[in-house]
Amino acid sequence: MTCKCSGGQSQADLSIDLGKASEVLNSYNSENSNLITLLQEIQLAYGYLPEAVLKLIADVTGVKEAKILGVATFYSQFRLKPVGKHLIMLCQGTACHVNGSGKIEQAIKETLGVSEGDMTSDGLFTYINVACLGCCSLAPVMMINDQTYAKLTAEKVGVILKDLRVKEAI
Amino acid sequence: MRFVVGSGSCGIAAGADKVLAALHHQIEEKNLDASVEITGCIGTCYLEPIVDVYVKENMKRFVNVDSTKIEELITNINADTMLDESHDLVSEQLYKQDRIVLRNCGLINPEAIDEYIASGGYKAVETCLKEKTPMQVIEEIKLARLRGRGGAGFPTWFKWNAALKSPGDTKFMVCNADEGDPGAFMDRSVLEGDPHSLIEGMMIAGYAIGAKKGIVYVRAEYPLAIVRLEKAIKQAREKKLLGKDIFGIKGCDYDLSIKAGAGAFVCGEETALIASLEGERGMPRLKPPFPAQKGYLDYPTNINNVETLANVPWILEKGGQAFADLGTDKSNGTKVFALTGKVKNGGLVEVPMGMTLREVIFDIGGGIVDDKAFKAVQLGGPSGGCIPEALLDTPVEYEAINKTGAIVGSGGMVVMDDSTCMVSMAKFFLDFTCRESCGKCTYCRIGTRRMLEILTRITEGEGREGDIKLLEELSIKIKEGSMCGLGQTAPNPVQTTLKYFRHEYEEHIAGKCSAGACEKLLTYDISKEICVGCTVCMKVCPTSAISGLLKKPHIIDQSKCIKCGHCIDKCKFKAITKS
Repeated sequence: MTCKCSGGQSQADLSIDLGKASEVLNSYNSENSNLITLLQEIQLAYGYLPEAVLKLIADVTGVKEAKILGVATFYSQFRLKPVGKHLIMLCQGTACHVNGSGKIEQAIKETLGVSEGDMTSDGLFTYINVACLGCCSLAPVMMINDQTYAKLTAEKVGVILKDLRVKEAI
Repeated sequence: MRFVVGSGSCGIAAGADKVLAALHHQIEEKNLDASVEITGCIGTCYLEPIVDVYVKENMKRFVNVDSTKIEELITNINADTMLDESHDLVSEQLYKQDRIVLRNCGLINPEAIDEYIASGGYKAVETCLKEKTPMQVIEEIKLARLRGRGGAGFPTWFKWNAALKSPGDTKFMVCNADEGDPGAFMDRSVLEGDPHSLIEGMMIAGYAIGAKKGIVYVRAEYPLAIVRLEKAIKQAREKKLLGKDIFGIKGCDYDLSIKAGAGAFVCGEETALIASLEGERGMPRLKPPFPAQKGYLDYPTNINNVETLANVPWILEKGGQAFADLGTDKSNGTKVFALTGKVKNGGLVEVPMGMTLREVIFDIGGGIVDDKAFKAVQLGGPSGGCIPEALLDTPVEYEAINKTGAIVGSGGMVVMDDSTCMVSMAKFFLDFTCRESCGKCTYCRIGTRRMLEILTRITEGEGREGDIKLLEELSIKIKEGSMCGLGQTAPNPVQTTLKYFRHEYEEHIAGKCSAGACEKLLTYDISKEICVGCTVCMKVCPTSAISGLLKKPHIIDQSKCIKCGHCIDKCKFKAITKS
């Protein structure tokens, strides 16, 4: 949360359009909804949870900012930083680990030049690790924006990422 | 003609979507009188994409279908191919199994309620509502000796009975579909392949405990499962199977809602799951009070996992005794296992309790990939343990598996060959539990971190004298000092590997990883005899550790080598070895 004494919104948050959040909050019904569902809807709208929006949620719902941040940081689904257009989720489940997800991780990092959790400078890709995608028999597996890629090799990953880059350039 | 394509998440990942598109395209182009439908995952993931072709009552199954060869497939379908009964790999696999939970998966269309009804669905719940009292339903489950399939193996009837006896008019029935064990995916498969069996199970359980509302808590990482379950609930409402006055019985109300989890392994623990449902951080609390007394929003709540509930309609339809007759003395019925790792025929298998690990891995699983040597099988995920070859004849049932130090857990069965390092495996699980610890109990929060640090240094060649003893001490203390199952079982992977593979720990501390998995303990060498001096390895080496003249054998400067493995990957002549 932003420290109030330092003068309100941080620089990055000034550009956030709070309209989408207001819409979500308008349909928020404290009886049938809960904070997690609300944060999921906000993340769906923005791709992540902007600080300014978390503050707005606190103002509208009366839930303390500390509690909202507490929930947002507890669950792995929530992100406090913007993500790239393509979100790469690399499965780090047991089967993927045994079948060499380590090499895939290395290949993604080298191809994109980012660390886990970071976005490429062109805003196209964000790479994160996830616990298990449940496609264990096709390990190693990754998911990019809801599409699953199976039986990966370091070479395959290079081709997939390059193809996506090429498509974006057109 | 009718085409049915296996379209679970795994089928789609293997290319089922492309197969579907190609089928539609061909049917349109050739103007065929044919329909295309989807079905769930039949469990033989290694054979995906799978297409079943029906001509009148005859069915022919095609496996590993290539979407670019659909035209060929269609052209080849004639009276002869349909009668050819040979070589149906899927049926061969299913023949060795007993399917209760997965009875409809891969056979019916999960998005069509009529297919579930046609297979006998929703009859069991109707009989319960019209002819049985809640107590009679519970008695049937007691007779079946059904135990929770989520991990702990607690008798299901006992939980139902406690919730039924708990005073109050408002009660909740919750399904734990937050399959957090990395390496298990049977719950996803049921949700995607047969969501109505879960709904029916939830209805029966709801009736038995006196709940009018049910909530399914599903992992956010399972988008397709959520979509299929949403569709199924909508269809059930349209048929008046959910909502008010269900089955036309006045005052008999029951409805379901879905809550998407947000990713936290600890939410598999009942009280943490309830906290998460309430919108809080998913942190467990002390029991008692048990959820049956004080659960969701402080109302009596019963929580069962997907696999447990998918058994319920079958039990009520066939009778508890039929279920109890399967399996062993104390572990009855069947169990679904996610057979993965270095096994040939990976996928979901459902077998009667009591079958041996050897039968599951070698008879059904087909043995180890590339016929390498079997080393261990990991059962029960991060709370479980690694079982060595000497114990392969252990039957899969709760008590026998517990004796080995592992647990049946939710049914993840990851097979490992001799290229898997057991210390690194223990590190992998500790890394997981350490990250997933909610932080409430000190031993779980800090103890797992200390264990992870020790394991990390052992795998990096910096293991010390006394590290093994320290790991053993920490294991006991974390188990004793943690409140919930996560901490109480977190040391299991370390304890079992120490029990059965202690020599690997000792070997690492002495500076060797015989599985060749711990990079920092390896030495890369170029064989003078095989190296042709092509210079490729020299070019890819990021630290310029390789030198040599063109067409002359190269050498590696060990002081510069960072063991990244790039050279070994690029060498076409297999001249580089690591040991």
